Amino acid sequence: MQPVFHPVLVIGGGLAGLRAAIEAKKYCDVAVLSMVYPVRSHSCAAQGGVNAPLGNVPEGRDDTWEKHAYDTVKGSDFLADQDAVEILTKEASERVYEMEHWGTPFSRTPEGRIAQRPFGGAGFPRTCYAEDTTGHALLHTMNEQSVKNNIRVYPERFVLSLVVRNRRAVGAIAWNMQTGKLEAYAAHSIVLATGGAGRIYSKTTNSLIMSGSGMFLAFRAGVALKDMEFMQFHPTTLYRTNILLTEGSRGEGGYLINSRGERFMERYAPSMMELAPRDIVARSIITEIKEGRGINNGYVYLDLRHLGEKMIDERLPGVRELCLNFIGLDPVKEPIPVQPAQHYTMGGIDCNVNGETEIAGLYAVGECSCVSVHGANRLGGNSLLETLVFGKCVGESASDFAVREQGSGENKIDRVILDAIEQEYKKTNEKMKGREGAEKPASIRRDLGQLMVKKAGIFRQEDLLREAIDGVSELSLRFKNVHVSSGTVYNLDLLHAFELEAMLSLAEVIAKGAFLRKESRGSHYRTDYPERDDANFLKHTIARYTPDGIKIEYRDVMISKFKPEKRVY
Amino acid sequence: MGNTINLKIFRLDPENARHEPYYQTYTVKTKPGMTVLEALFNVLDEQDGTLSFRYSCRWAICGSCAMTLNGKCRLACKTQISEYRGTLTIEPLPGLDIIKDLVVDLEPFFNNYRKIKPYLVPEGMPDKENIQMQEDVDLIEPHIKCILCAVCETSCPISWTSREKYIGPMALTKVYRFNRDTRDAGGKERLEVVRGEDGVWRCRTIFRCTEYCPKNIPITEAIQFLKRKSVFK
Repeated sequence: MQPVFHPVLVIGGGLAGLRAAIEAKKYCDVAVLSMVYPVRSHSCAAQGGVNAPLGNVPEGRDDTWEKHAYDTVKGSDFLADQDAVEILTKEASERVYEMEHWGTPFSRTPEGRIAQRPFGGAGFPRTCYAEDTTGHALLHTMNEQSVKNNIRVYPERFVLSLVVRNRRAVGAIAWNMQTGKLEAYAAHSIVLATGGAGRIYSKTTNSLIMSGSGMFLAFRAGVALKDMEFMQFHPTTLYRTNILLTEGSRGEGGYLINSRGERFMERYAPSMMELAPRDIVARSIITEIKEGRGINNGYVYLDLRHLGEKMIDERLPGVRELCLNFIGLDPVKEPIPVQPAQHYTMGGIDCNVNGETEIAGLYAVGECSCVSVHGANRLGGNSLLETLVFGKCVGESASDFAVREQGSGENKIDRVILDAIEQEYKKTNEKMKGREGAEKPASIRRDLGQLMVKKAGIFRQEDLLREAIDGVSELSLRFKNVHVSSGTVYNLDLLHAFELEAMLSLAEVIAKGAFLRKESRGSHYRTDYPERDDANFLKHTIARYTPDGIKIEYRDVMISKFKPEKRVY
Repeated sequence: MGNTINLKIFRLDPENARHEPYYQTYTVKTKPGMTVLEALFNVLDEQDGTLSFRYSCRWAICGSCAMTLNGKCRLACKTQISEYRGTLTIEPLPGLDIIKDLVVDLEPFFNNYRKIKPYLVPEGMPDKENIQMQEDVDLIEPHIKCILCAVCETSCPISWTSREKYIGPMALTKVYRFNRDTRDAGGKERLEVVRGEDGVWRCRTIFRCTEYCPKNIPITEAIQFLKRKSVFK
């Protein structure tokens, strides 16, 4: 076993990972390990757009980064760290212009500038878009730039463990799914950019690969997870399949309608209506359904008919295509059945604005990280932005670290490090075998998903969360008896067992964090504690793995310009 | 009683000593709205954990799940099971080496992509964004929807028979996408790569790429445009 060495190793080939790699490559050699080909990453599923206060449309002329920062902090229900939000919003315009320079085919204003649309919780039309497939446009541009910059990509590698020696990240062990072999990698610094954990919920917009495996890697290596109880539920996902229908469809003027034909958002957010932040709209929809004003007791309507065919085809062609393909319905003629579903993991690997974690040489960026810029509720259009802004920051700091470590420029790896990698390799190899057991990974995964939707979903309360915690530990027991087919070449059974191990562990963190947070803030709504409680909970949840179970502590939020105020829309 | 469908699936396991391909048939209970990808997951999750296939987004934006469905290259996630009755034969994309079952080696496909400078070569670097009119974006609008799923290339009989030579419809579509982008200055170089007999001229206008493209990109038309460009100045 001879490890492959790259000074910087990025795990994850989505927008954040590729952006970090492109930045790092300016200073040293870098490689990307990705469980899929980079263009298959979940970044491509983002639809509505990316926020930047460009002021390109008349209604947005007075927009500034400060206003963007305020909207972001208010949207976060004051849980975001304001130093991080300042970086996010100050650098937004530059990063969006950069993507345009790199070739992203943005939609345009009549003057030929980048088009911008209104989005939830935003005071101005600030969301730059490429029709309604902005994530796809950005991810392909980023992939193109990675080719231009000769970034080495190792596709279809699933990382099974990090090698940490004396609280210092030195390598990773990855499963090459194409050959079935384990591979060892050595690095001076490692960036985790592995995305969110949405598949823990059975109803989710997330791609099928979003298990939170990278968060689990960090957690087990001794890094804390932050604010994991904050899960965003997107208000408008297609009934049954939970495929995302962009917030842009409301940004462009779509209505939400209940079974009585009422625009019910009037009851919940009379001034912003359908464009209130996602947590509020999602809860409003569930309330309508619970109180008997849903349709078939399961959904409400997203009505685009009044926008007309021309506008739908110009601004929301992807929404029309999705409806035609997946439910055989034309939104030009009929309203669309929608329901809320898990959409984004606000919490993640605890790190600072440079992506640094508490393990030297280990960094995190993108949805798997928690800087935190989204706090208790992310605004639409801010996650793509996060990948661009912090991708650059983290690529820079990870390569800085690597260059410093490199010192004399020798690429020789210490014997002690080689030994540590070899030891981890052997340990990991044991996990690659098939297992005889009575439980299919899929049945545990399904039960976990349903448990989390029912007990740790949009509306939460103490007894349900207690059941969630107990339920997860029962499922973890069942997991000990899991059946895994043998073979290592593209063995999906094996992959799903690895993912499930991560999901069970993260689900426990989510449920415990939610249980202990006796207040309502942003996406975390407790029916037994319906008010925000700044005196006790204006704090980040910090969860740590210990051999005796999860240990939870709290940390103060970084507040500068914007003092917490009541959140009304 | 619900309806059922038989999925006759191509199997090949490189770890099996016999290492010969065979077909295996699974019966799946269908539901309204069920896609081929969902049916494959039914097999994997409920019947046979050894089946291998690619997937990610499940709504035709990531390009992972292209495979051969009753002889046509299609995205499994975008194809409704209700289009088929009786038996649906599922095979890997043709013309590429098979890694396992429905998973093929895409390296030759991505190599074609890398050959043509698949990135914008900027003309200048303005302080803000380049000014580009919506009409100009519209020129390349269908082509920027490419998801690199490999359906065009694996549907093309010329690509099957000239795998080592022909650069293929995807790479040519990319050339079109960048060369017609008003912000790009790299057109000449890209055209140099594709103007020869292993480039645009190997296309015989069979139109299968265009017919099967899941994103409805007029690929053949784009190739014809490049043919004209490579002849006329």
